[in-house]
Amino acid sequence: MQSPLQLTESGRLKHFLTISGLSKTLLTEILDTADSLIEVGERQIKKVPLLRGKTVVNLFFEASTRTRSTFELAAKRLSADVLNININTSAASKGESLSDMLRNLEAMASDMFVVRHAQSGAAHFIAESVTPGVAIVNAGDGWHAHPTQAMLDMLTIRQNKGQFEGLKVAIIGDILHSRVARSQIRALNTLGVEEVRVIAPNTLLPTQVESLGVTVFNNLEQGLDDIDVIIMLRLQKERMHGALLPSEQEYFELYGLTQEKLKCAKPDAIVMHPGPINRGVEIESEVADGPQSVILDQVTNGIAIRMAVMSMAMSGQTETKNLLAENAS
Amino acid sequence: MKIEITNGKLLTTLGEWQSFDRIQISDGIIHRIYQGDSLSNSKFNADAQIDAQGCYVLPGLIDLNASLREPGYSVKGSIASETAAAAAGGVTTLCCTPETDPINDSEAVTKLIKDLSHKSNKCKVLPLGALTKGLRGEQLSEYAALKQAGCIALSNAYHPIKNLAITKRCFEYAKTHDLSVFINPIEASLHEGVMHDNHVSTTIGLQGIPSLAETIAVSQLIQLAEISGAHLHLSQLSAADSVSQVKIAKERGINVTADVAIHHLLYTDEQVENFNSVFHCMPPIRSESDRLSLLEGVRSGAIDAITSAHQPHEAAAKQMPFGETEPGMSNIELLLTMAVELNDHHKLPFTNFVSAMTTQSASILRLKKPEISEGCAANLCIFDPSETWSLKAEGLLSKGKNSPLIEQQLKGKVKATIYEGTIAFSHN
Repeated sequence: MQSPLQLTESGRLKHFLTISGLSKTLLTEILDTADSLIEVGERQIKKVPLLRGKTVVNLFFEASTRTRSTFELAAKRLSADVLNININTSAASKGESLSDMLRNLEAMASDMFVVRHAQSGAAHFIAESVTPGVAIVNAGDGWHAHPTQAMLDMLTIRQNKGQFEGLKVAIIGDILHSRVARSQIRALNTLGVEEVRVIAPNTLLPTQVESLGVTVFNNLEQGLDDIDVIIMLRLQKERMHGALLPSEQEYFELYGLTQEKLKCAKPDAIVMHPGPINRGVEIESEVADGPQSVILDQVTNGIAIRMAVMSMAMSGQTETKNLLAENAS
Repeated sequence: MKIEITNGKLLTTLGEWQSFDRIQISDGIIHRIYQGDSLSNSKFNADAQIDAQGCYVLPGLIDLNASLREPGYSVKGSIASETAAAAAGGVTTLCCTPETDPINDSEAVTKLIKDLSHKSNKCKVLPLGALTKGLRGEQLSEYAALKQAGCIALSNAYHPIKNLAITKRCFEYAKTHDLSVFINPIEASLHEGVMHDNHVSTTIGLQGIPSLAETIAVSQLIQLAEISGAHLHLSQLSAADSVSQVKIAKERGINVTADVAIHHLLYTDEQVENFNSVFHCMPPIRSESDRLSLLEGVRSGAIDAITSAHQPHEAAAKQMPFGETEPGMSNIELLLTMAVELNDHHKLPFTNFVSAMTTQSASILRLKKPEISEGCAANLCIFDPSETWSLKAEGLLSKGKNSPLIEQQLKGKVKATIYEGTIAFSHN
């Protein structure tokens, strides 16, 4: 899906809503910018002034610890003022509409909203309704997209594998309900990997999943053959209801990543997981904590990627504002 | 009131265009039609003259499904606003859904709707009574009383009946009272979602409703119709396989008819790609192959009628993340403009559309066949098929501005609508 909504007239980022519609060049620019920002986290004083004087509002309609705190840290390292809004305790429960809430927050001169919402398309909706000049960063919307997670995964892959060309990547687990998987698949294909595989039982695959640009495997061992990168997805406990899966035990038996099954992949394959991990459900502790696991690198990279997209989107908004001002004068 | 329409082309009962000099209307009746050199009655003294140069004169459209939102949903529309919109769309008869608040499952609500529509006097309103009490799918409504009060048929109004035994009894009791049963076919257990289940829903991560949720219900309903002998009218088919099933059922002589909502003939699920909530409809707008089968269904007669499935909404109902918005489009005012689009770009001849919304819908409702001939009721629409214009939201009479045609360049505009011999709408 094209989303010109998130690009300036000159093709730079002004919101970050989805990987769809973004070019390989732009994705690479995000990765390069993140690379250059990683160093900030290693300094004595972990701050750069890229968002100094800006107000970032973390608008989380869905509970999250990891994503929200990495966004908060990223904004603070960019020298922004950060406001965290927990929607459970705010006006949403008092019947205030999303549009009204946004207008109120805009009136407080916010410059950026980081949004997580249970509805697919929520970030698009907000980007369409906010006043020009306010940047929206999607921190996960329904089953649709989680583009910063996908980009931090891409950064982790590039750090470990050097490049995307020729790589075979397998994503294992609940593709149907996963915004992470949708964004990862889009990013991997845009960045030019050789093959993306999804490995899951049919009950956890969406209709016409091949249309996303993946090959489908029901069998973990077969799917892992010759794989360079393994991405495990979190299995939500509620999937046992509604007859999607019979039990955690059977799922772990068939799709859980164990030392034994890991041997089916290339010997230097890396293992990733967006967290939080269900040990013993989708992954064995020995693998999660083992030498091939890069799960903690992902967390570190998460801050750098979020700093990168926040600063890029803000400068895109500044560019648009300047252009509007020029046209007006 | 005396009205004289001059110099247009009228549609004959044979579906042919015929030029006329004058149509004279008095006392609600088409009094005289003058063609060619025939001498006109200079003593007619019309109260109103309508110049129909370059226009079509059509029988007023008969819409099988429109939500008027009254009683109960005044923020979305009223009988006054939506019947005015209907008249502006060339509609002179419509069936309104029972999904009001309170639900139209009683004489009192039916009578209220009839009274308010008489007062508005823009078109004939034929209420559809609720098939079950409160549309809850548990108890029969009082069909005899509903019929007595003026309900033309019964409908489940997109509320699936989850219990087949109850559906079966609805058919049997409707047959007892010689009432048609209008059903939106839905298998509730397969119906979770907000759009068509296909590669688009997969890509954008919106929960999809498979075609199966409709086609399984169609198959069950056809069997129930066959056994009960009741007239089953399937409302708003959306899936290709439903069309095939209806075709086969008709060949087997089962008393089944079907309609399609006009937006299902024009749009596909690709339109939802950017989360545009205007295209959030129920049943969902499906794939291109479904759309083509529905069009073919209309051309072949497998699908009898086209409806507006008019669902006006206040702006706020569509201003939320897609899945939280309310489904439906505000269509009734733009039916003929959409028909021009179907004629010009989708190979559905205009006369085919008109037949689906006049002769065919009248036959489903067992109404007299609409005709433009002397002595017939003067329910007419004067339509300019070539006028190009641009639609502004405030230009719609409907309270619902939820149309994808807003801010678009359009072709074809209703010039006037005559309902029972009076001018119900005229565009200056």
